Amino acid sequence: MTDATLNPAPADLNVEDAPEGHDEPQLLPLDAWHRARGGRMVAFAGYEMPVQYEGIMAEHVWTRGNAGLFDVSHMGQLVLTAEAGIDRVTKAIELVLPGDIAGLAANRNRYSLLLNDEGGILDDLMVTRRTGPEGEDELYLVVNGATKYDDIGYLLDVLPDDVTMNLQDEQALLAVQGPKAVDALARLVPGVEALVFMTAGAFEWQGTPLWISRSGYTGEDGFEVSIPAEAAAAFADALCAEPEVKPIGLGARDSLRLEAGLPLYGHDLDPETTLVMADLGFALAKRRREAGDFVGAERILAERADGPAAKRVGLIVTGRQPVREGASVVAEDGAVIGRVTSGGFAPTLGAPIAMAYVPAALAIVGTAVRLVQRGKIHEATVAAMPFVPHRYVRQSTMTGA
Amino acid sequence: MRYFTEDHEWIDVEGSIGTVGISEYAQSQLGDIVFVDVPADGRELSKGDEAAVVESVKAASDVYSPVSGTVLEGNTALTDSPDLVNSDAEGEGWFFRITLSDESELDELMEEAAYEAFVAKL
Repeated sequence: MTDATLNPAPADLNVEDAPEGHDEPQLLPLDAWHRARGGRMVAFAGYEMPVQYEGIMAEHVWTRGNAGLFDVSHMGQLVLTAEAGIDRVTKAIELVLPGDIAGLAANRNRYSLLLNDEGGILDDLMVTRRTGPEGEDELYLVVNGATKYDDIGYLLDVLPDDVTMNLQDEQALLAVQGPKAVDALARLVPGVEALVFMTAGAFEWQGTPLWISRSGYTGEDGFEVSIPAEAAAAFADALCAEPEVKPIGLGARDSLRLEAGLPLYGHDLDPETTLVMADLGFALAKRRREAGDFVGAERILAERADGPAAKRVGLIVTGRQPVREGASVVAEDGAVIGRVTSGGFAPTLGAPIAMAYVPAALAIVGTAVRLVQRGKIHEATVAAMPFVPHRYVRQSTMTGA
Repeated sequence: MRYFTEDHEWIDVEGSIGTVGISEYAQSQLGDIVFVDVPADGRELSKGDEAAVVESVKAASDVYSPVSGTVLEGNTALTDSPDLVNSDAEGEGWFFRITLSDESELDELMEEAAYEAFVAKL
């Protein structure tokens, strides 16, 4: 038999985007920690990363029922500041982000998209406004690992010289996700339970400063913790000593985000797709839409008015065989009319699911579509996303004394 | 008598009938198996032909026929319980049975001890 797992090939990610001299995968701060815990390491986004520990299915189910610890230290943590103040930064970056960044309140996260001149998507990212160590407000961005060096190059071109950008490569990033994440994390870091979805704050654990946001990539409640790399292993040990928490690999991270209907950059989003095509219209703020003051606005506003040619949809595949990225969406006469950009088996549903770009006329829940993978036809139905309901905590559950 | 291929299939031969599956090592590397497509009864296979497909949560893999012959039956139990391959790869998780057309092809396969040594080097 042949298989990518038995004969690992380089992942189809932008490993060539790593800085020169880093052709070999880089090691995460927790590399030894993952190996000691039985993590099976693979090359991903220019890093050696754990794809699984005990098994993708078990890890997926554990995260949905308990809490999983994910090492996402490959992602880029960027801090933007300006002598002239935060408004200088937000105004400048709004040229390439279509969200309301200037209106972002302190300690609030926002999901946004980095756009090129044609309105194509260069990356998806999280933006937070926060107060830096000197008491000045700053923007904290978390960008994808595979694209971080390209993002930095692009932002350096786009931003004026008086905006300073700092890649925090001395910081690790750990995500704790699942319905019991709050119980485990609050035992180590009291106070995190007061955060709600898409808010963040500064905390401390045994004298180590932490930046924690209530957010994630699984559809579950959970947190993302930025921590100095040298403290990450001890913190990961402490978290995994809590009965709710197990380490979770990239494999389950992918199946969890797929069930949650969350796009993966480089697969479901790329420079050829727009936020309208990707059905991420919520990332376009009303003020920005009305002003049209961002790159690619003309195309995006036209697509928004007239409808895009193709649209990202969720698919539930008939039968049991997964239909994966690269499969075609075909018309009755066999003509290729779309493509599957993510796909796999959904452990929560016990069925194969996928994301695909299809002609706008087919992008209606309940529409039957036909897929072709390795010469075999599969039937599928357009389904609402998320496939598995999100369980974000939008209001504090604290009852007060 | 049981033989193995370098592609991690096994074949158990009694007379001119062989039972084919994937090895314990292969299933452990694949992880959770969610789908198996076995060959149809009567299908003619040449040694090395793509005979079956096995899909884990991670990836799809082809299973090659270790010998030439005619498929007697596929393991229909795998349709509803593909996880049998995880729980019992070299037993209940067999893929198909085949009537061998050229028993001399078995000479090119590894016996169990040789396969174990082969896997140990991977």
